[in-house]
Amino acid sequence: MNNKKIKAGITVFPGSNCDADVYRVLNDVFGISASFIWHKDKIKDLGGYDFIVIPGGFSYGDYLRSGALAARSPVMEYVKDYASKGGIVLGICNGFQILLEAGLLSGVMLTNNSLKFECQDVYLKTLNTETPFTCALKKDSLLKMPIAHHDGNYFAEKKIIERLNDKNAVIFKYCDENGGITELSNPNGSMHNIAGISNENANVMGLMPHPERSSEKILGSEDGGYIFQSIIKYIKEK
Amino acid sequence: MNKKAFIKIMLKDEVLDPQGKAVLSVLKSSGFDNVKDVRVGKYIEVDFAGEAKGGHASLKEEAEKISEKILSNPLIEEFIIEIK
Repeated sequence: MNNKKIKAGITVFPGSNCDADVYRVLNDVFGISASFIWHKDKIKDLGGYDFIVIPGGFSYGDYLRSGALAARSPVMEYVKDYASKGGIVLGICNGFQILLEAGLLSGVMLTNNSLKFECQDVYLKTLNTETPFTCALKKDSLLKMPIAHHDGNYFAEKKIIERLNDKNAVIFKYCDENGGITELSNPNGSMHNIAGISNENANVMGLMPHPERSSEKILGSEDGGYIFQSIIKYIKEK
Repeated sequence: MNKKAFIKIMLKDEVLDPQGKAVLSVLKSSGFDNVKDVRVGKYIEVDFAGEAKGGHASLKEEAEKISEKILSNPLIEEFIIEIK
């Protein structure tokens, strides 16, 4: 695929560890021009990028709370500015936690209710396909992707959940392989099986599963690729 | 002498504390039958470089800002500050 004209920025914090995976998938699988943005880089205007990915990992060793310290680093101020102007921002796993801590998404991640680091394949149900992250998918599509996290137990007060539902901002829910949204298919205790949410304008999305680890057949699933295909489609049609 | 802020951060009562539950179950299985519940929090000491202009009250204010904006997540946690 040749998408060289599309420019993506991947933020890197001390402790990010999925940055290289995202880089590989964007550049080698989808032919995008992706580059790293070190958290101290003074690229004040991210406007040159078509989208930004905040990858997974353990930024700042998860000290204080997962994502809390990265959310307050200089680059996140630029990401906030970029998002407020409608820029597309995708946060994966720790990236999702950072977006929550930065206030770009609502709610918070608690420790998994199993108290364990959960590392397994899960199924996701796509609830909203009218976003830059899901526009290449059909509603209710099931995606198989891996999760790998300790703090993925999404929690928010009732008012926030109601607002997310009103705005169709719950994008993905954990489900079983038949699409049933059940307690058994919830790997971490997340409220209402929530696996991914967006902001109200749907230009910022966070999800716990790893699409960059499931974009190539050799890795067992290509379903995560639909997220990146959607972003490419959205940018090309814009 | 420089002042310090002693900050205690706890999960709100209505938020499930899985860490506390894990400790509770170990205490029970270790024979401490009288234990009813356990909650685990954080304790943070902040050392200030000097006296604030407004004295004690403004140090407390600064510690509150620090706690509210960074050290705690107000969605799930509460904090108590002591300045000494």
